[in-house]
Amino acid sequence: MTLCEFFGCAFMAFGPAIAMFILTIAQDPISIIIVFASGFFWLLSALLSSIIWLFFGLSSMSPQVQLALSVIFSVHCQEVFRFLLYLTLTSLDDGLKNMIESSTPIINRKMLGYSAGIGFGVMSGVFAIINVLADAVGPATMGLKAGSESFFLISSCSTLCFVLLHVFWSVIFFAALDQYRANKIQLLFVLVTHLLASSLTLLNSGGPFAASLVPNYLIVILTACVAFHAAGGSISSLKSSLTRQ
Amino acid sequence: MAVRVSLPKLCFTSRMSGLLDEAAGLMDGHIDEARVRGDDFDEVRDRNPERRHKERRSRPRPEQAENINDGDVNSAPGRAGDQSAEWLNDQEELRYGAQHVIKLFVPVSLCMLVVVSTISSIGFYSKKDGIYLVYTPFHETSPLASTKVWNALANAGILMVVIIIMTIGLILLYKYRCYMVIHGWLILSSFILLFIFSYLYLEECLRAYNIALDHITAVLLLWNFGVMGMICIHWVGPLRLQQAYLIFVAALMALVFIKYLPEWTTWVVLGVISIWDLVAVLTPNGPLRILVETAQERNENIFPALIYSSTVVYSIVGTANNETTGSSSGVQMDSPGDTESGFVPSWREEASEREAARRRAMDEEEVQIRPRNSSQNDVANELGLGDGEHLGDDQQRRQPAGRSPFRIREDEERGVKLGLGDFIFYSVLVGKASSYGDWNTTFACFVAILIGLCLTLLLLAVLKKALPALPISITFGLIFYFASTLLVAPFSDSLASHQVFI
Repeated sequence: MTLCEFFGCAFMAFGPAIAMFILTIAQDPISIIIVFASGFFWLLSALLSSIIWLFFGLSSMSPQVQLALSVIFSVHCQEVFRFLLYLTLTSLDDGLKNMIESSTPIINRKMLGYSAGIGFGVMSGVFAIINVLADAVGPATMGLKAGSESFFLISSCSTLCFVLLHVFWSVIFFAALDQYRANKIQLLFVLVTHLLASSLTLLNSGGPFAASLVPNYLIVILTACVAFHAAGGSISSLKSSLTRQ
Repeated sequence: MAVRVSLPKLCFTSRMSGLLDEAAGLMDGHIDEARVRGDDFDEVRDRNPERRHKERRSRPRPEQAENINDGDVNSAPGRAGDQSAEWLNDQEELRYGAQHVIKLFVPVSLCMLVVVSTISSIGFYSKKDGIYLVYTPFHETSPLASTKVWNALANAGILMVVIIIMTIGLILLYKYRCYMVIHGWLILSSFILLFIFSYLYLEECLRAYNIALDHITAVLLLWNFGVMGMICIHWVGPLRLQQAYLIFVAALMALVFIKYLPEWTTWVVLGVISIWDLVAVLTPNGPLRILVETAQERNENIFPALIYSSTVVYSIVGTANNETTGSSSGVQMDSPGDTESGFVPSWREEASEREAARRRAMDEEEVQIRPRNSSQNDVANELGLGDGEHLGDDQQRRQPAGRSPFRIREDEERGVKLGLGDFIFYSVLVGKASSYGDWNTTFACFVAILIGLCLTLLLLAVLKKALPALPISITFGLIFYFASTLLVAPFSDSLASHQVFI
């Protein structure tokens, strides 16, 4: 039973990411490396945020406030590292371009944002849920002592939500930076939705999970639309891709 | 230009910057090298530009090779016509280089997976029962941190001395051509690993899952497993099977280290070993260097068994062959840190088992490569017998083009190779991290090590000299281990307990 729960929750959280990885990334070695590199950048940002969290811990603020402040800081931190990742990858691309004397970018720019998003998302998802999942294997089950029985389920749904959001955010973010003059509205959109989504999860510790889960999935849908648009998609292209078969 | 990372115990040849066709084959390369080296070795550097230039026109090339002679390449006549084709080729080559990285990621990850899953499911390997390696006489039993540090440093020092002595012994044996002794040593070590340590592993597995097994079946299983392993590692066998054995052997060795090294000693040893790696590979008098020089004098391939190699590369290479390859079939290894040299020094005694394993790997490659090459490119694959003629052909071909003939292959492509020692120490780090039960830390170490490997490869492609594979990865791994145990883990635990997502 516990093992079933473990696999169910693990695939709930990472199934879509794994599917995307296998179908779109796995064939392209460069993309795989980008996934790992972006995971590494996420780690760096997590490291920085946790240092700040420790500093907040030294202050006399209440734990709730400390957590809220470090979440806000951490969101900014992640966006900064996303930007640094963009700079690193594009300068790497330029370097390679010079080496090969090629006039076109070596790395497919659209894939760049997408792969980076998967790396970012999976890494943040792993850090959010992997220890919870390890507990799910047992011994003992959740919800016996005033805990919610659907804790694992909701936790993995929220993880899925953030994995997807990170993919979309990265697509938007990279596409915005790729424009001749960086599209500030889109960058701001990423930052604001990220802040909003993370802040909503602050409600989890007190109120019902639905209070954060439902709005967060609405944000996922909204962000997905924006990402689709930012990646160059339109309604007609969607239609043609669906009907062409 | 041979791109390889040679480490003590791990050597890694990446041909990120190599030419596709250089893959003419390990053995061929070595033989060629032997023949050519005397006269051509000095020419390597000055001639490279011409060669490159020529090759560039005729074939797709890996990205890194060019950076040295951009100007030269650009001025090459006849290049303008195939810009777009070239671009495609460049992309192909970049992918090809990246593919090498992935070809290493997979086995390294598999090895770590074996170690981590064993550690987390079988308590035996993470439990300290007071038995330690002979080389670590100080058992860190004192509660005082200062004493523990002192113990750990002393243990690591002793272990390093043993490793250095073994390395020097191996070099001496090699220098005085005691091949039988070396082979005997390697076979004995792989025998011990494949039979005794596998038996222990099997026993603990059965115990952990509470499965009953009679002795006769167990002996039968072990006998088949071990004999097949010995055959695959030291003689011939399917490539996949051999790779699997190498990975398993590395994982077993890593488990032994995790189990029988005292707590703090493990961390100190990891740090010290990567420094030793650096010294052995990079200093002019490092054992690795000495070994390489000896090997070059003799034009031999030293103990190929120390390396994990992916042969898949060869098939790719084979398709890319063209006449240029043939022309460059003379060989090259101008880089001081040959792969083979890399492994030998690295070998410490415990690791010697691996050596055997790797050697086997190399042999296997040769076997596979030869037929392919010959079918695709007659020029490229001569095993040395035909070289004289071929070289002559090359010269003739090139001379009309206004170039002096050179027979030095700038980059000997041999697929991707990573010393088993690297596998072991990467796995020790990740396994040790997982033995504390925090998956965030384990995952962070895993990603950090792979990124370190990536960076090593990138540096390799840029610097084009032999580099040790341990230092960057292990440094990253250690930093992320301690950073995430002390900082990230408490933070992410508190986020998880409040179900806050960032």
